[in-house]
Amino acid sequence: MAARAPRIGVYVCHCGVNISSVVDVAAVVEAAFREPGVAVARDYKFVCSAPGQEMIENDIATQLLDRVVVAACSPRMHEETFRNVCLRRGLSPYFVQMVNIREQDSWVTVDPARATEKAIALTRAAIRRVRYHEPLISREVSVHPAVLIIGGGIAGIQAALTVADAGKQVYLVEKTPTIGGHMARFDKTFPTLDCSACILTPKMNSVGAHPNITLLTSSELVGISGYIGNFQATIRTRARYVDHDLCNGCGACIRKCPKRVPSEFDEGLAKRKAIYVPFPQAVPNKPVIDAESCVHFAKPGKCRACTKACEVGAIRLDDAPRDQTVTVGAVIMATGFEPYRGPALAQYGHGRLENVYTSLEFERLNNAAGPTEGRIVLRNGESPRSVAILHCIGSRDKNHQAYCSRVCCMYSLKFAHLVKEKTGAEVYQFYIDIRSPGKAYEEFYDRIREEGAHLIRGKVGEVTDRAISDDEKGKLVVVAENSLTRQRLRVPVDMVILSTGLAAAPGTLEISKVLKCATDKDGFVIEKHPKLAPVETANDGIYLAGCCQGPKDIPDTVAQGQAAASLALQLMARGKVEVEGRTARTMEEHCVACRICNSLCPYNAISFDEERRKTVVNEVLCKGCGTCAAACPSGAVHARHFKDEQMFCEIEGVLAS
Amino acid sequence: MSFEPKIVAFLCHWCSYTGADLAGTSRIKYSPAVRIVRVMCSGRIEPSFVLKALREGADGVLVCGCHPGDCHYLEGNYKCLRRFIMLKQVVRQLGVDPARLRLEWVSASEGDHFAKLADAFTEQVRQLGPLAGTARLEASEGRSTWGS
Repeated sequence: MAARAPRIGVYVCHCGVNISSVVDVAAVVEAAFREPGVAVARDYKFVCSAPGQEMIENDIATQLLDRVVVAACSPRMHEETFRNVCLRRGLSPYFVQMVNIREQDSWVTVDPARATEKAIALTRAAIRRVRYHEPLISREVSVHPAVLIIGGGIAGIQAALTVADAGKQVYLVEKTPTIGGHMARFDKTFPTLDCSACILTPKMNSVGAHPNITLLTSSELVGISGYIGNFQATIRTRARYVDHDLCNGCGACIRKCPKRVPSEFDEGLAKRKAIYVPFPQAVPNKPVIDAESCVHFAKPGKCRACTKACEVGAIRLDDAPRDQTVTVGAVIMATGFEPYRGPALAQYGHGRLENVYTSLEFERLNNAAGPTEGRIVLRNGESPRSVAILHCIGSRDKNHQAYCSRVCCMYSLKFAHLVKEKTGAEVYQFYIDIRSPGKAYEEFYDRIREEGAHLIRGKVGEVTDRAISDDEKGKLVVVAENSLTRQRLRVPVDMVILSTGLAAAPGTLEISKVLKCATDKDGFVIEKHPKLAPVETANDGIYLAGCCQGPKDIPDTVAQGQAAASLALQLMARGKVEVEGRTARTMEEHCVACRICNSLCPYNAISFDEERRKTVVNEVLCKGCGTCAAACPSGAVHARHFKDEQMFCEIEGVLAS
Repeated sequence: MSFEPKIVAFLCHWCSYTGADLAGTSRIKYSPAVRIVRVMCSGRIEPSFVLKALREGADGVLVCGCHPGDCHYLEGNYKCLRRFIMLKQVVRQLGVDPARLRLEWVSASEGDHFAKLADAFTEQVRQLGPLAGTARLEASEGRSTWGS
């Protein structure tokens, strides 16, 4: 117990009308006054506002408060704000307790009387708890001046260059053999129609050549420990079977390789060899062997055509995966997206009808470096005379992905332009709504309409090759309803492009599990705050860039990549970070050396001092989960800020009537 | 008037409390009988917290943590699960129906799930009736149970 009875200030927020329209804030104030130790209790329109904060600061000074309870929004929102209020008045930031009467009361309760009753109970719990709060000391640790970036698409590339140009070390980890991501596979970019490769490949080369960037391709993050400022990341590099230090990228091995398999980079529309460079401008521009397709690995000892072809002796058929651990101060997750590949594709004949393409297949078809060298042709090599572009495949559909993928309308309009330009074919766009919110996007939409693309509002029911009239013979028939005129339509075309939505990449889920970042129902990583902290995660020192956070276009991705980099650099510039003081501690006089807690700690923060026969917690390693405290039969381990007496008082408070 | 139960819900900060916040930001309504107490990890929830809640007047106790494999502290939820299974045996011996206790995994994105869970559990406890009517854990040594 504190030597002097604490003087508690209680502040009940109206949050405009968010709280006060449901909860009777005056009644909460009145109830707070009845609790022992409460010296001040007030309600206020916006406690988080500058005058609200000043009000608390003044009370701390004039009313000699030493504990503050704020009944307002979630502590996840404003705990930091009110901790800083205390700090400014020389009070420990741990003397604040927030009561969540917005997210967990006024917003979820219908009956005002019961909402008020709940607010009073929660406030009472906080008042009783805060009396037992202790002035914990935040530890200050130095920040390791290096950043780990996971994912080598445009988001990761932009973040890497921003950090590296600021003079800090970057480890850029990419799962595939090259950086570039999806952007490297596109031909043109909307709405400017500038060439994707022309703007991306110089950046890729800068990454490859930058003295501050360690590029780790064919690599994945497999484990991480530590905390903001000091993460230890374990990165596994798969066997490449080619020594990239020796390899001069001449390509002789590729020419000699006898095995041809579908190219992932070309969406299977072209073949690559078992030893390959994914595309001509790949970085690093050196081959790797795909062991699953390689003849040598299927029949051990056979083939070795690449070994024989290589003049510098760079082929290493005995190569094995390697793990390495790097220390970094911050992590940027830039794991990107995956195009929707779900059952809606089959509904529209993809895989069954040969001239039905997905948007990414079409991107490759249209790409000058793609399988047809940029000619838009049907499978039989002929030029299409009519093309249908179906919007929202997998998107805005409760059966697939409920959300809008944000980029499909715009790239579909881009396709219309490219088809018209290259083939002169008639283009039919079937859309639900055209969404063109972006700089020069609406103008681009106008331009495509003026170019004569047919825009039909209506979702397509099916694509079929069953003709019911002569002009449908040998064609793909798009069956739809024009939702403006309510006409049922059958449009015969030569080619159908499915504008697939963006889905969370499987890698995003894997990496978010490693990093312990939460993902939402669609698999995208949850940001710290949807509006005010869209680049941060709930985990300090881990930032987000690009589509791993949600679908976005290239400008937004680049902006977020730079934003994530600047947050990492902010840490490095500060050089030191404060780490939570909410750690465990053993009260040695109560420890009976039972050692039950010793094996429980997931961070190996607990050790046993054999000489003194006492358990010791290493507070630098401890993350404050409290599982040791929960297990200690003698109550000798204290989980600070969540101590038994604090918890018991809170429980008494929520139940008191 | 029908019986309105009192329920204490212990929620881990990272997943379940965030999930409950999401129910709020999504304005999904649920039973006000559920009073949330935050801990950093479900691994912190001592059996004595649950017993304390029952003694102080709770008719049911809900414990929520991250889904298996998702614990922010790697495996605190597994430790919580182990203790919870044991605790259910203990309360039975104390004459409390173990159906008054419930452990569920709620992720940060499952606001809707949390709201439904809160309603379903409130209903379950309402059916069981007030705990005082069956067996109330009596305080034998004054109000406070903690040691030092």
